[in-house]
Amino acid sequence: MTNMRTYEEERKDFNWGISEKELGYQPGSDINIAAYCSDRICAQGKGDKLALIWEGHAGEVKKYTFNDMRLLTNSFAQYLVNLGLKPGERVCLFMDKVPELYFGFQAILKMGGIAQPLFSAFGSESLITRLADAGTAAVITQKKHVAKVRVLLNDVPTLRHIIVVDDDGLKPLREKEVALHMEKEPRVENFPIYPAKAETPSVLHYTSGTTGKPKGAQHVHYSLIAQYITSKYVLDLKEDDIYWCTADPGWVTGTSYGIIAPFALGVTQCVLDAGFSAEAWYRWIEKRKVTMWYSAPTAIRSLMKAGDEIIKKFDLSSLRHLASVGEPLNSEAVVWSQKVFGRPFYDTYWQTETGSIVIGNYPDMEVRPGSMGKPFPGITGTVLDPVKNEPYPTHGKIGLVALKFDWPSRMRTYWNNEEAFQKKFRNGWYITGDRSKLDADGYFWFTGRDDDIINTAGHLVSPFEVESALLEHPAVAESAVVSKPDPINLEVVKAFVALKPGFTASQDLDLEIMNFIRKKLSPLAMPQEIEFVPSLPKTRSGKIMRRLLHAKEWGEDLGDTSTLEND
Amino acid sequence: MAEELKDIVLKYVTKEYLEDDSEPLTYDSPLISGGIVDSFSMVSLKRFLENRYQIAIPDEDASPEAFDSVNKIAALVERFVAKKG
Repeated sequence: MTNMRTYEEERKDFNWGISEKELGYQPGSDINIAAYCSDRICAQGKGDKLALIWEGHAGEVKKYTFNDMRLLTNSFAQYLVNLGLKPGERVCLFMDKVPELYFGFQAILKMGGIAQPLFSAFGSESLITRLADAGTAAVITQKKHVAKVRVLLNDVPTLRHIIVVDDDGLKPLREKEVALHMEKEPRVENFPIYPAKAETPSVLHYTSGTTGKPKGAQHVHYSLIAQYITSKYVLDLKEDDIYWCTADPGWVTGTSYGIIAPFALGVTQCVLDAGFSAEAWYRWIEKRKVTMWYSAPTAIRSLMKAGDEIIKKFDLSSLRHLASVGEPLNSEAVVWSQKVFGRPFYDTYWQTETGSIVIGNYPDMEVRPGSMGKPFPGITGTVLDPVKNEPYPTHGKIGLVALKFDWPSRMRTYWNNEEAFQKKFRNGWYITGDRSKLDADGYFWFTGRDDDIINTAGHLVSPFEVESALLEHPAVAESAVVSKPDPINLEVVKAFVALKPGFTASQDLDLEIMNFIRKKLSPLAMPQEIEFVPSLPKTRSGKIMRRLLHAKEWGEDLGDTSTLEND
Repeated sequence: MAEELKDIVLKYVTKEYLEDDSEPLTYDSPLISGGIVDSFSMVSLKRFLENRYQIAIPDEDASPEAFDSVNKIAALVERFVAKKG
């Protein structure tokens, strides 16, 4: 028995009020997400239920009940208030998947701050851009990452505090740094939770932009309404589930469905803070008896690569529902999953900007391997003719994935960039930036991006950001960055580089440039291939023809080359 | 060669991938499962090994398990160096 009735039945009479009612929310009343994640669950008499089972890479285990979580987030929030942080200020979480990340996120919301999670593998330049844009007031981090924060103090004048959650006293803390030992803080039984209303800003997630400058998608507390009901209907989360979301809360999946949704549903979730290996993941599912598993196509393809034999070593019979997000899930992965786990991965589609699942495959709906599925019952989606900006009258044509912008968890703007936000709309439709086609039964089929953004392992990388960083390397005269196909990550970053006079292409220089970008931006942005070229193809007006290089990598038709400059 | 190779890999990983305030690495420290080297960064580590020892490590051999410690990496490199003759 699934939480959702048949897709057709739900679509007929669904409204977001169903979610509001289940959560006990009255329009106009307070709706602080963090209160719904722990205080409400405790008030229902479930305070002793396990909320989080965490295991580190060295095997250390920590378990927290919903009441533990309530008290720890209270204490954490009080600590932030005592530091002088105010409602509305941006507080960045820059950590591995440690408990302090999960509780710190809720603590920021409890005191009325705006949580700004950032992926802990980001390099200093990626950090500076995002913190400077947000005007971040504090960063919560670990000692292993603090060096990357220290170097940006001059670039982010708004930054007042660097909170280190695992300081061991071995090295003195520096300017603006303070130590917080979450579990040693006095427990605060009653914290005055900030009375957030529906439209109070909650979370700021940065995503790569087409112009090179990352954009901060600003969400509000009312997002809970969509995150709650989509996790219940699409992920089919139930009270007795053991849930494992493999996403890092530095990205939106890790907060919407790795913190907010499962806790608001009162579900026990487990977190493995360790790098990927097929054996470790299967052992984790067996050990924790995971019932619902939400992962990503890159991870699934990596598991496929590890082979079927390894699966036989583990008892994975606890699994009852699997879902995937981040990039298109290829049909082979769906078929493989059915073969080895006895059930398919249900693909879901959404973005940083949408805040929750907007298109998906549902537990009670036929899965068409390779398809994105159908719009969630409360959401209107279509494929738009890119010329007329109207839905195609017939199915089968490739166009823009577009949505009516009216669901609770949609972003409200891009931080400091309303202009970019407005550019996301055409003829009243929100344009996702992805292309797809519809089949006769209303299933969406992804065909690619509608811009130059690279989707690598489910994470968006701006080629412009990488090109800008490449220009800072002393050997690089100019560059063009495109995606290239990759069997595991869907696509990866490739750079075409023309060198300055006096520099010669070599294996060492190739590696040096790779590492330069990895440290400056992030491992995701690091070109996995660099092709040294004497010059880049340009139009007669001097613009680099990235399109040509992209087509070459993907074996596509080069299109119109009449504007190409002759050598 | 074994000890020298391990030493070179250890120094490279420490210099390139370890954050400033992290615990020092040993030959057995978990690199991938310990979150020190992620799957994307593994590509640059593989490239370093291929350049340094003039070998080609096929993708199917470059698994997270094979790169999970300096000892394991050294064993992998030795295997391909031996193949090269």
